[in-house]
Amino acid sequence: MTGPGPEAEYRAHLRDGRFMLQRSRSTGVHAFYPRIAIPGTGEQDLDWVTASGLATVYAITVNRTREGAYNVALVDLDEGPRMMTRIDGIETVPVGTRVRARIIEEDGAPLVVFVPEQPA
Amino acid sequence: MTHPLRGRAAVVGIGSAGCGEAPGRTPNELMAEAALAAIADAGLALHDIDGIFAATSTHAFPTLSVAEYLGIRPRYFDGTNVGGSSFEAHLLSAALALDAGLCDAALICYGSNQRTAGGRLVSMSEPQPHEAPYKPRHPITAYALAASRHMHQFGTTRAMLAEVAVAARGWANLNPAAFARGPLSLDDVLGARMVSDPLTVADCCLVTDGGGACVLVRADRARDLRHPPAYLLGAAGAGWHRAVMCMPDLTITAATDSGPRAYAMAGVLPSEVRLAMLYDAFTINTLLFLEDLGFCAKGEGGPFVQGGAIAPGGRLAVNTNGGGLSCVHPGMYGMFLILEAVTQLRGDAGERQVAGLDVALVHGNGGTLSSQCTALLGTAATL
Repeated sequence: MTGPGPEAEYRAHLRDGRFMLQRSRSTGVHAFYPRIAIPGTGEQDLDWVTASGLATVYAITVNRTREGAYNVALVDLDEGPRMMTRIDGIETVPVGTRVRARIIEEDGAPLVVFVPEQPA
Repeated sequence: MTHPLRGRAAVVGIGSAGCGEAPGRTPNELMAEAALAAIADAGLALHDIDGIFAATSTHAFPTLSVAEYLGIRPRYFDGTNVGGSSFEAHLLSAALALDAGLCDAALICYGSNQRTAGGRLVSMSEPQPHEAPYKPRHPITAYALAASRHMHQFGTTRAMLAEVAVAARGWANLNPAAFARGPLSLDDVLGARMVSDPLTVADCCLVTDGGGACVLVRADRARDLRHPPAYLLGAAGAGWHRAVMCMPDLTITAATDSGPRAYAMAGVLPSEVRLAMLYDAFTINTLLFLEDLGFCAKGEGGPFVQGGAIAPGGRLAVNTNGGGLSCVHPGMYGMFLILEAVTQLRGDAGERQVAGLDVALVHGNGGTLSSQCTALLGTAATL
């Protein structure tokens, strides 16, 4: 392998406004966070694919600090992997809520947050 | 068939120092004072110690710091750091090293001044790059997430979590050495300041100072020392993730792996355990470990603890020192689980003594529900 690794590539995609995941060509399994191989099975035939951006809240907490309250959530992406994130624009949502990804700028870097998905 | 390591080594000395508040004292001082107390308790001399096992939240190379401070030249050392459960892992590696003759007297030790040094949990834990931007508070956010999931999946309530804190306080009130004593009701816990939903400040462990240490030798030598030995019957560790976002199921810890392997080595069933020392950094921990270590079915930890079932006089003695919630929690708590189990097995626990105790389970947790290490200790009657 030469050039930047998957971590750098992921962040470069985010800077370009794209939330991308890795997917194994042979098994179709997605990885997140970005890795050089699928954990547990080791496939290295990874392509970058655009994430659907759809996910379901798996667990959520609200941290209450002197500076204010903000939530921290774990969401299960429709593609399979789980990620930590924030459900933006609302104090909290029930576990099981459907959410959609949005890329924002925070502390000088792009950041994937989620907002509740409006029922169709 | 009996596991070849079962009962081959025993804890023969225990010591602690500065548990609670120890203003003006350094981690090394607390660790060394506890170590010397444990060595004296065993009836050994400092020069007998030839194996060092240590992990702290302030030393990059803890076994080197211990060797230097105490002036020991160990023949064997192990500084494995898997967070607060390191000391249960050290029990296993100490037993292996003793059994192989790589050392003859193993010292496991810990010290921290984090209450008086700053009053916050100190951790050398590095930020996880895919978590840090969302500003989780380490470590409570991870445990709050697990609690939220447990409540969603099994109908666990905040009152059930609160029951764990109230039970711990009940035991602490029987332990003169516990740091937090006095009345604590379910309403007190439920009405306490919310820190990270659904966990209030009363669902969180203490931040104290404290040093702790124990000494192990081979069983044949243990019999001739000062105190009844606490034999290591079985031990196992398991760890599947580092960051909580990579924990496969937040309601199932790796204790479901470490527990059965430790029980198998010990030849002990959960129903034979009369004292469970479970690493209660947060109230949710106790529920998860009661389930994962076979004391009740998955999801039934909440109902299991209701009605004072793990409090003094309840159906199972859990965290009889008062736990990390009410006794002592100097950052990494695992050492103190061992000290209480040995005290109980010796019959030295005073008002909180579990009657007729032969087998105690000690379960350490580290990181963000990441590392799980289970050990079973027993009296001579279990050999």
